Amino acid sequence: MLRRQAIAVLALAGLLVSLYLWLHKLGVIGVLQCGTGGCDTVQASRYAEFLGLPVALWGVAGYALLFGVSLVAVQRPDEPRRRPDAAVAVLASLAFLFTVYLTALELFVIHAFCRWCVGSATIITAIMVLSLAAVGRRR
Amino acid sequence: MRGFYVLLAAVGLGGGAWLLYAARHKPEQPTVPVSPAPVAQAGSFRGYTLGSDSAPVHITEYSDFECPFCAAFATVQMPEVRAQLIVPGKLQWRFRDFPLTNHKYSRTAALAAQCGGEQGKFWEMHDQLFFNHQWAQTGKDPTRLFRDFAKTIGLDADRYDACMDSQRYAGRLEESKQEGEAIGVDHTPSFYVDGRAFTPRPTSDAFKALVDSLITHRKR
Repeated sequence: MLRRQAIAVLALAGLLVSLYLWLHKLGVIGVLQCGTGGCDTVQASRYAEFLGLPVALWGVAGYALLFGVSLVAVQRPDEPRRRPDAAVAVLASLAFLFTVYLTALELFVIHAFCRWCVGSATIITAIMVLSLAAVGRRR
Repeated sequence: MRGFYVLLAAVGLGGGAWLLYAARHKPEQPTVPVSPAPVAQAGSFRGYTLGSDSAPVHITEYSDFECPFCAAFATVQMPEVRAQLIVPGKLQWRFRDFPLTNHKYSRTAALAAQCGGEQGKFWEMHDQLFFNHQWAQTGKDPTRLFRDFAKTIGLDADRYDACMDSQRYAGRLEESKQEGEAIGVDHTPSFYVDGRAFTPRPTSDAFKALVDSLITHRKR
């Protein structure tokens, strides 16, 4: 149960980080608070969009979905088919792969790091580890 | 279970408050002297400046509004350069257009900035174009968006439209680019410190170290 709760809290934190980056993209937030100075370089690059939509918006949608599913998992601790846990694990794994792709772009193509992206990468990695552990434990 | 919902509410409320604060507290650019609106003839125009003419060091930037590196420089490094060097009177910054031919809307953006300058708001338009740089990634015609930028910074829309339609500053852009090519500019952003090419990575720290060093050296 603690794992599921931790996943929900982490998903909410990830949602807030993505929302911050998306609001910046929309011009609602002026300058990103970014100690490394790389956030604007990353945000201004052509890789800040994926399939025609801002990457930050994908993050908002992904974390919102993860948050919703993880709340369902918290609400149904005795769900026999483990569907919510499996759904969180699948979503988190897909998001993790996407994050690996984005981080590789930062490292090898853009040559700049955005601390908010690193924060999101840390969050999604933690969610994936926790969700896979939750699925594995129930087998 | 109750503790979980309390934690969730705390994270949600804390994050919401933080987003609200970030949205309402946009950092303001420091006030610095700007050059007066110049006349339209290309020949007499040497670019818009920030900072005093009597500043001990002068830097000229050749820039392209569609270039992502120029946008990164303008949004990340330039605010520091303004605060640390231009505001204290150590440096005068000159902006020269160098619209690259492989960028579809560079010239449109440069004209929009010049039309902003015609109404005394070149730097405001410069900031709009660079701080809202998403337009450069979409590939869509940004003309209407630039008009929105013009209205956002308080330009007279009719005068702005007339300026853009007439393309009266096209010659100025061309001359600026030719000037850059004549001194060897081949990429953007390029910088010249008191007429000499600045080749290290252009960061505010690098400019600060150089400007301070030049000032100290000249005092001896």
